[in-house]
Amino acid sequence: MADDEMNGVVLLDVWVSLFGQRCRIALAEKGVEYEYREENLANKSPLLLKSNPVHKKIPVLLHNGKPVCESHIIVQYVDEIWSDRAPLLPANPYARAQARFWVDFIDKKIYDCGSRLLKLEGEAQQEAKRELIEILKLLEGELGDKEYFGGETFGFVDISLIPFVSWFYSYETFAGFSIEAEVPKLVAWGNRCMERESVAKTLHDPHKVYEFVLSLKKKYGGK
Amino acid sequence: MQDQEVKLLGTWSSPYVLRIRWALRIKGIEYEYIEEDLRNKSPLLLEYNPVHKKVPVLVHKGRAIAESLVILEYIDETWRDNPLLPRDPYDKAMARFWCKFGEEKLSPPIWRVFVTQGEEQKQAYASAMENLEILEKELEGKRFLSGEAIGLLDIFFGSLAYIIPMYEEIIEMKLVDPSKLPWLSKWMEEFLNSPVVKDTLPQKDKLLPRYLAIRDTFLAKRE
Repeated sequence: MADDEMNGVVLLDVWVSLFGQRCRIALAEKGVEYEYREENLANKSPLLLKSNPVHKKIPVLLHNGKPVCESHIIVQYVDEIWSDRAPLLPANPYARAQARFWVDFIDKKIYDCGSRLLKLEGEAQQEAKRELIEILKLLEGELGDKEYFGGETFGFVDISLIPFVSWFYSYETFAGFSIEAEVPKLVAWGNRCMERESVAKTLHDPHKVYEFVLSLKKKYGGK
Repeated sequence: MQDQEVKLLGTWSSPYVLRIRWALRIKGIEYEYIEEDLRNKSPLLLEYNPVHKKVPVLVHKGRAIAESLVILEYIDETWRDNPLLPRDPYDKAMARFWCKFGEEKLSPPIWRVFVTQGEEQKQAYASAMENLEILEKELEGKRFLSGEAIGLLDIFFGSLAYIIPMYEEIIEMKLVDPSKLPWLSKWMEEFLNSPVVKDTLPQKDKLLPRYLAIRDTFLAKRE
């Protein structure tokens, strides 16, 4: 066990994690071979606790035994180490700043809003739904008529946002609305991304995600 | 030089704006500073940061960058002398990790200690101390968080050096006791006395009443 932890690339992750999926997509885009290890968050492995003592969270990327934590940091690290192929961030500092800005926006806004939508009910849920629509509209505006957020290149912003797309069905079903009706161009972008092998192989069927959310609600006091 | 024109939109009291001022000083960049009134946001601010409508915003060659960490990385990538971030991808990933830690784990409980009282404050205090201990360990044996010279991490955490003593004075509680957190205490002093920081801090006679009013407002809200 000690040997293969010291060499190569290992990803500590959980199958449903949006943040873990970002890392898997990035590694696939770069064609990097790695060992995937499924963590049980109710019983975290010694390796996870040792690798991320501060947060004790996944995903964690281990590269030759050294841990990198936080999905947006992992994706940038992967881009910088395997810089000879499939660039995930643009070369120009201003374009890089824009990419980082939008990933920061996605990180600050969507997960929290989506979680509230799924957990809450009644007016509070509708409020979360309205917020989510606003956020998605802003992102759709940023996408514009580009093929990807990165322009012609599938990149950092696309990778950071795409895992949320498999949660759209859950958001829609819980709060009673159609995301495609609100942001058709964004949904079209999502479908374009799904044509990429890295994305198609990583994202889960939206119905599977929905079943997962239902099971969580049952477990933690939902109806 | 017209095409090197750099502007910084900020407010006199914002610790996030100060990060950018410190970075620009380290890099020796001349810039025009524009003071914003956040209760009456200028058309310029709304145009340059329509998403968050916040300061700081850096404008370089007419293009705007928002979010302090995004701005700091942009500055470091555009003006290459006196690097703020390490060049090695792993060390860079670690620096980004500590910034995220500061933002998510350290700053929130410190803020809560300042704006609460009683049991709520007690709990916030325990959390703040736990995370200050983590930062203390990171500093062990180092002059600055970034090593021998002030770098991104010092700039990122730097406002704690003048804000913590002010909080301590107002709430009459000690957060950084030199006997308990010697490295942190030493770093705060070194940082405040460095040429980069000297004469940049907001005046205490203006800042103290402002923060007193903030604490009063928050305490009143909870009654």
